[in-house]
Amino acid sequence: MLSFAQIQLLRWRCLSVSKILMKGNEAIARAAVAAGCDAFFGYPITPQNEIPEYLSKLMKEHGRIFVQAESEVAAINMVYGAAGSGARVMTSSSSCGIALKQEGISYIAGSELPCVIVSVMRAGPGLGGIQPSQADYFQATRGGGNGDYYVVVLAPESIQETVDLMKQAFEIADLYRNPVMVLADGLIGQMMEAVDLDKPVKKRHIEPKTYAAIGTDYHEGRNIINSLGLDPVYLEQHNLALERKYKEIIKHEVQYEMYNMDHAEYIIVAYGTVARISRSAIDELKEQNIHVGMIRPITLWPYPKKAFDLIPKSVKGLLVVEMSLGQMLDDVQIANKGRFKIAFYGRAGGMVPEPEEIVDAILHFDEKVVD
Amino acid sequence: MIRYERTKGLTDLHTHYCPGCTHGILHKLVAEVLEELGVLGKTVGVASVGCSVFSYDYINTDFQQVAHGRACAVATGIKRVLPDRIVFTYQGDGDLASIGIAETIHAANRGENITVIMANNATYGMTGGQMAPTTLIGQKTTTSQEGRNIKQHGRPMKISEIFSQIEGAAYVERTSMHNIAHINKTKKAIKKAFTYQMENKGFTLIEVVSTCPVNWGMKPREALDWSKEHMLPIFPLGVYKDVMKS
Repeated sequence: MLSFAQIQLLRWRCLSVSKILMKGNEAIARAAVAAGCDAFFGYPITPQNEIPEYLSKLMKEHGRIFVQAESEVAAINMVYGAAGSGARVMTSSSSCGIALKQEGISYIAGSELPCVIVSVMRAGPGLGGIQPSQADYFQATRGGGNGDYYVVVLAPESIQETVDLMKQAFEIADLYRNPVMVLADGLIGQMMEAVDLDKPVKKRHIEPKTYAAIGTDYHEGRNIINSLGLDPVYLEQHNLALERKYKEIIKHEVQYEMYNMDHAEYIIVAYGTVARISRSAIDELKEQNIHVGMIRPITLWPYPKKAFDLIPKSVKGLLVVEMSLGQMLDDVQIANKGRFKIAFYGRAGGMVPEPEEIVDAILHFDEKVVD
Repeated sequence: MIRYERTKGLTDLHTHYCPGCTHGILHKLVAEVLEELGVLGKTVGVASVGCSVFSYDYINTDFQQVAHGRACAVATGIKRVLPDRIVFTYQGDGDLASIGIAETIHAANRGENITVIMANNATYGMTGGQMAPTTLIGQKTTTSQEGRNIKQHGRPMKISEIFSQIEGAAYVERTSMHNIAHINKTKKAIKKAFTYQMENKGFTLIEVVSTCPVNWGMKPREALDWSKEHMLPIFPLGVYKDVMKS
């Protein structure tokens, strides 16, 4: 058994090879600091508690802002205030906590402010459980806030990708002045992997935040952060402007991975932790001489519909695998445009599928086909 | 010699407030104070949901308009990022004492260096005169049509008394708008609150007993008299907390 000091020493030595072994939640916290996050506002909820715990220390060390709010509702509204003041700002939470933030997220989207929201999904509905789940796909991509708005949703499958997507999230948020959610699950949050925190990500050209309400001495005219529009003629124009922005995001920000597509008989569609497990299933199937490819959406909104246009006609069908009872399935059915048979395999309640279960679902594809 | 000049703290827009409503005068007091303290250009206001939601149109500073009850959380976010600016919220009794009580109490408890202006007119004005947490016992509203009763609705919430107990609060005063003398006292209280904020003393709250003639079903003058006769015994005026005197 290694002592705490020995573990720290090992980690320090790892630094020299630029990779550090760390837990997903710690990586999220460190990536936020590396991405220049000015302020964090959050409220405790399992399985993401290490994020505010690490940030409470890290942000202080870097002379930045950390506030533990009185509720998720307050936290997201502090995010709104800080974002309206021109800061790079984030919050983190999990499922039921994200539900409480939805009103604030709608206001942030409506007022066109940038922020990053980390959601480390647990099982639901209601208080549910604290084990990993993907049952908040709808919550993330469709949102529970009011009005016509979208949140960019990034879904990592490893700790390294979590770090990279965290950095990207701040850039995308600032570029489009829109909330960006990094959607992980309890497994990503809790597992440990070696990561390179310094791996560069694409820098965007971000205009100065001239919209920020920082006092009229500091800019021309008056800046008012607002989502109120009682005049329907005005509000429709605002909605249309948001729509134009969302179309730009759809055009430029779709990310996905196509894996093992050569000679594929079936295609698995999976994201996050389940995509990771599906890789093992694909390897096992290969040993049985069954070639299976995978489409792994990295952006869940905008959904990588165009990836589905690239599927060759020879493919027998698509198997959607989720840690839910079928939420991304809707998007796959839309993207598929009726071309291929679609089967579904899901686990719920915090149960994580074994690779063998996914192998079995491919072997019994026809039994799993959905209408 | 110029005896009176309109404050630069107000924009030129006409307000949407009903005849006899005290919001207009209260806006002017805030605006005058910010101008007199020389901080108009360094101030960020937070407009809450309620009749005063459009205060960002009338008070001539930068503003954030926020969700119902969340003003003090948003103000916290602003002030933490911009500690050298003046940050204030302008809220009604429904917004602050009901849906926003948690955000307000915790902002006070953290000692957030912000100023809260709360207009207490014992009703939800914008939505048409429903019962508020501050509605008086026996007072008829659209959701307490036989008058508020203790058994069903509890008693009116006394915000200044509650906040006087919060250690992070630096200054809490309740004032009234029912006559010119008290309007002047209100201005003095507001000025003290903003001065305390400029001196980094912490959370300041001015609860202003106001009127809502339309929803109360009264003429403006009657409403002022009613507020004096019926509200002030329940909501006594005075300084409830002053960190410099305790």
